[in-house]
Amino acid sequence: MLSSAFFIVLRRMRAPIIALIVIYAIAVIGLTLVPGVDAEGHPAPPLSFFHAFYFVSYTATTIGFGEIPNAFSDAQRLWVTLCIYLTVVGWSYSVVTLIALLQDKGFQNTLTVNRFARRVRHLKEPFYLVCGCGETGNLVCRTLDRLGHAFVVVEKDEMRVQELDLQDFKTDTPALAGDARNPDHLLLAGLTHTRCRAVLAITNNEETNLAIAIAARLLNPGLPVIARARTTGVAANMASFGTDHIINPFERFAEHLALAIGAPERFRLVELLTALPESPLPEPHRPPAGRWILCGYGHFGKRLASHLAPAGIELSIIDPLCANSLDPTIICGLGTEADTLRQAGIEQAVGVIAGSDNDINNLSIAVTASELKPSLFVVARQNHSVNGPLFAAYGADFTLVPGHIVAQESIAILTTPLLAAFLDLLRDKPEAWCSALTERLLKIGNDLTPLIWSARLNIAEAPAAYRALMQGDHITPAALLRDGTDRTTPLPAIILLVRRGKDLVLLPDDDWALAAGDELLLAGPLAARRNLELTLYHPNELDYVLTGEETSGSWLWARLAALGRSSASPQPRKETS
Amino acid sequence: MNLEKVIFGFFILLAATLNFGFFIGDIERPELHNIYELAAALVVSLIATALKFGDRTQIGAVHLSTSLVADLQLIAAAITWAVAVHVTGVGMTPHVTSSVVSLSGGALFANIVSVIILIVETVMLRR
Repeated sequence: MLSSAFFIVLRRMRAPIIALIVIYAIAVIGLTLVPGVDAEGHPAPPLSFFHAFYFVSYTATTIGFGEIPNAFSDAQRLWVTLCIYLTVVGWSYSVVTLIALLQDKGFQNTLTVNRFARRVRHLKEPFYLVCGCGETGNLVCRTLDRLGHAFVVVEKDEMRVQELDLQDFKTDTPALAGDARNPDHLLLAGLTHTRCRAVLAITNNEETNLAIAIAARLLNPGLPVIARARTTGVAANMASFGTDHIINPFERFAEHLALAIGAPERFRLVELLTALPESPLPEPHRPPAGRWILCGYGHFGKRLASHLAPAGIELSIIDPLCANSLDPTIICGLGTEADTLRQAGIEQAVGVIAGSDNDINNLSIAVTASELKPSLFVVARQNHSVNGPLFAAYGADFTLVPGHIVAQESIAILTTPLLAAFLDLLRDKPEAWCSALTERLLKIGNDLTPLIWSARLNIAEAPAAYRALMQGDHITPAALLRDGTDRTTPLPAIILLVRRGKDLVLLPDDDWALAAGDELLLAGPLAARRNLELTLYHPNELDYVLTGEETSGSWLWARLAALGRSSASPQPRKETS
Repeated sequence: MNLEKVIFGFFILLAATLNFGFFIGDIERPELHNIYELAAALVVSLIATALKFGDRTQIGAVHLSTSLVADLQLIAAAITWAVAVHVTGVGMTPHVTSSVVSLSGGALFANIVSVIILIVETVMLRR
């Protein structure tokens, strides 16, 4: 890889190097021909090749030791004057060419790509390949970084890649400015790297996402692919060749809104669990049931309508492209004018959805509608994160940011595969159950959303707990979830779900017995996760948490302690480590 | 006709002929081996090397390596001459002369390989 940069240098430097060789040859040969003079002024033989080359070497590089070995004759001085100008021009030409080459865009690009490829090749830890670092990608990157996962970025826009360098990432993040549609770029970014865990195709462009999904499926068939799709056509296309997770933000938001109207407590719980970890708590949303006005009937509007209708919501639809539609109930207009909204029956409506793809229009719809009827529940769609301050200032009851939804879901899927199973189990839980769990989650979180993570009680991830369980120790969630620095305080974490083989146990009781090989889904702050990980990993920590005994790891000390105990109490103590 | 090819062939052939010119003659007799001819052979060989820079093909790589070998041999010959004449002061004795000439003989071999590659390349050419 480096050799390509080296060859470019050689190729460009060909002319200056030849010029230098020729100039040196002329100067040296000239000096060996021009007669010299000795100390008494008699003619002397010219310089030999050796002396001539020595003289030209130090003169050409402007070091200039003087006339060595003897003072020159006037003829020699005449020739040397010429040589000085010749060689200076030769050197300047070489240096200028070299500097121009270093500043050359194409050359610099070669160097950057080489460096990127080398960094990716040398990645030792598992990493995610994030394609597209716009609003969504940036959010994903920052969250991955906070959770301590490595990732590689491919982004089309060079400015965004440069901005990435300025962001203070904890992990070393190689970023490539290149089109992810080009499979070469994906390969450079480690698509077939053994440490690559998953590919995230979350660019703004549907075609690009599709191309990434196809490339990943063909080049590395076993690799999980998470792709963003806005239209059902593209989503179906992605599904047809086995993309693992297709995230359609509109679909997801429509589901959420329908859920929020039908089962607000369950929605609150889902929102809490799928939010980005350790972010501010989302506002509770309580959209009312009844008649709603939907402005904008594009991809988003159609998704919403198909989800809201089964939830028993009546919709009045306003769309500027009503002429193309066969549905006579669609009202013409943007929804930004009071007339259109009145025509859609704003008096009887309980809520309005400003769902066009234009942020300013959406804000205008929201403002006009709430002026006409202040009690309206306003749902606003925010397309660009730069408009965030405007939407925050307006304060809609429910703001949809598609980028956030994609980021949240990608992170949830990547970091906790068990979460999907848990959310499935939630579907048939009563509202009271959900609200009770929400209360518990809020209590452990310090006004931040909890981190959801999974822990496996196996030899690799939790060797201490695994050994203890294999030796027949009885470990319960209540005993395990204790602070490792002071075991009298419980750890602010909840075991949401346990997977044992094919069985799923939802919210295990405090005295339920854990077994080796269990996979736990936990919720709690990041600090609690670190605390628990150490407990599960380190036998002495586990001993302390379970029994309160401080044991040292050394064999001799363990023997002495056992001796002391056995003389003090006759009954034998169970070995723990 | 490609001017680049003309110049390229010219320098490779010239490097070989100059080298041959210096090499030919009784190996021990300094008067048969002109030092200017060695200088010319070295300069032309260096230029030929520079002309071969940056060719990424397999044949280009072999071209470059033969040229580097020739340069190395000729530089060694030049240094031997400089040491004998200027540093130790023994002058061009039969011993020194035969060293210089045999070193240039090695370079001649590399230059001949270079010429052979050039011919092979030309024969393979279909245009």
